[in-house]
Amino acid sequence: MGKRTKFTLFDILNYTIMILFTLACFFPFYYLFINTISNNDLSSNGLILFYPKGIQFSNYANVFQIPGIAFATFISVSRTVLGAVLTVFASAFLGFLFTKDMMWGRRFWYRFVVISMYFSAGLIPWFLIMYNLHLTNNFLAYILPAIVSPFNVILVKTFIESTPAALQESAMIDGAGHLRIFWQIVMPLITPILATIAIFSAVAQWNTFFDNLFLVSNPKLFTLQFILYRYMNEATSLAQLMKQSSGMQHMNLAEMPTATSIRTTVSMVVVAPILLVYPFFQRYFVKGIMLGAVKG
Amino acid sequence: MNASLTKVTNSSIVRKRFQSRDKYKLFLMASPFLILVLLFSYLPLFGWIYAFYDFRPGIPLSQSKFMGFYWFTSMVSNPIQRQELYRVLTNTFAFSGLGMLTSVLPVIFAILLTEIRNSAFKRIVQTITTLPNFISWVLVYSFAFMLFSVDNGFVNNLLFKLNWIEQPTNILASSEHVWLRMTLWEVWKGLGWGAILYIAAITGIDPELYEAARVDGAGRFRLIWHVTVPGIMSTYFVLLVLSIASFINAGFDQFFVFSNAMNMNHIEVLDLYVYNVGMANGNYGFATAVSILKSLVSLILFFAANSLSKLVRGEGVV
Repeated sequence: MGKRTKFTLFDILNYTIMILFTLACFFPFYYLFINTISNNDLSSNGLILFYPKGIQFSNYANVFQIPGIAFATFISVSRTVLGAVLTVFASAFLGFLFTKDMMWGRRFWYRFVVISMYFSAGLIPWFLIMYNLHLTNNFLAYILPAIVSPFNVILVKTFIESTPAALQESAMIDGAGHLRIFWQIVMPLITPILATIAIFSAVAQWNTFFDNLFLVSNPKLFTLQFILYRYMNEATSLAQLMKQSSGMQHMNLAEMPTATSIRTTVSMVVVAPILLVYPFFQRYFVKGIMLGAVKG
Repeated sequence: MNASLTKVTNSSIVRKRFQSRDKYKLFLMASPFLILVLLFSYLPLFGWIYAFYDFRPGIPLSQSKFMGFYWFTSMVSNPIQRQELYRVLTNTFAFSGLGMLTSVLPVIFAILLTEIRNSAFKRIVQTITTLPNFISWVLVYSFAFMLFSVDNGFVNNLLFKLNWIEQPTNILASSEHVWLRMTLWEVWKGLGWGAILYIAAITGIDPELYEAARVDGAGRFRLIWHVTVPGIMSTYFVLLVLSIASFINAGFDQFFVFSNAMNMNHIEVLDLYVYNVGMANGNYGFATAVSILKSLVSLILFFAANSLSKLVRGEGVV
């Protein structure tokens, strides 16, 4: 914001601070990655510091041999996809319905949804009700509670209200019903905001951990996040188990799974989707917080 | 019904026709989603009833022993529970307080970043520093483990190699500086993300203000202090007020994943305590009672924050 191009002491300090903090944010990701592709014997002894040594990729093949990992990946992917799709649909549809003055009790129901954002019953009462609804050890427990998010409904409603009403009216005159107007007129108009909602709910679904902790004890329904948490504490015994299991006795030390290799590789599997998606959707991520700033 | 007649009617008549016919149809279409809200946001309030019983899983509530307000009064009358609650609340308030203190860091970061003229560098910094916001706390713990674990962590090994230390220290299982360390992780995770709003606010400041100040002879720092800072104060204030509303709500995930037997005394926040008492020890009645009080306090704080905002800014935060 200026024509002056003098590089002052302030600039030097500023650049230094920025570089240091950026490195602090980046390094853990990098360090995780170089550990997963290094010689397992070296990495488990903490001998990998700044660059990988003895590069090998067997960890990524081996990690899916651990009983439960492949299935947990499936569960996590399912809840992410299904959860995001349903949240997007529900936010769009409910937001659309709340723009219709003629809906019976519209103002009341809209408040009914919005107010739920500002209170919570508490962890234990919530758990006990979920238990009574038979949503423990049930895949639906990951999906159903997240479908209607008041915040997203507000976002969509405000967004639709900012689009020209004439579009919907002309379709109405041509004899289109509400559902048809929703699908063919409104949906194409609101795709930008739906993309933002989709990406945020997908990340939230992928990262959520506490619903698994509270509600699910059946290993068949464990999510990757929960498995990672457990492995953080049990990786040593797991590595033992894998060494004894078939086919791994003849491996050399470089490729033999260790507690460290299991921990880091599972972490990498957990973070990979975020890393892959992030560069492409960064503008939606940024848009998301901007939308949050504009209150409904 | 005459089709040609419908065509010539104007849109307001069409709307009226729709109105009478579709009043309930629209409601019916919304009802499945309203039921979900009812089930998952309102129904848990009925779970508060468990605070008045000695509930054990497997025994229906009707056969559980009615306790009245016992769980509530025991928080105060029972010296051990009183002490525990005091400890847990201290931790919670410490984390919230430190969170409020560090809430100024994203502001500083945003100002510093906008002072950088190289836009490619700026973009890279912003992209990388925002990334940690999108990973789970479990993964953050995994990072912490990799970097700080006692036997093969990065930091211990690096310091050892440089001959700066002779004995590795087990930072993760230490009970010292827990508050500070947890706050630092929170800063690491949230700083870049928190700065986005302020960067946008700075971009929104009228360039003429800078121009005018420059004409008046203001240097770089005076521009920052007299134009940039006032320009983002209202954004900062809104967020600060919102953080008052969640003062008793320090969060759960972070403290749960980082907790262990060594640091539990200092890391146990209210939600983690409720989890440990209710889920781990099976004392649902007492845990529910604590949950209820927490919900009520946070509701009160929310209204207080909102009125404070109304008082100072003339409009609420919601």
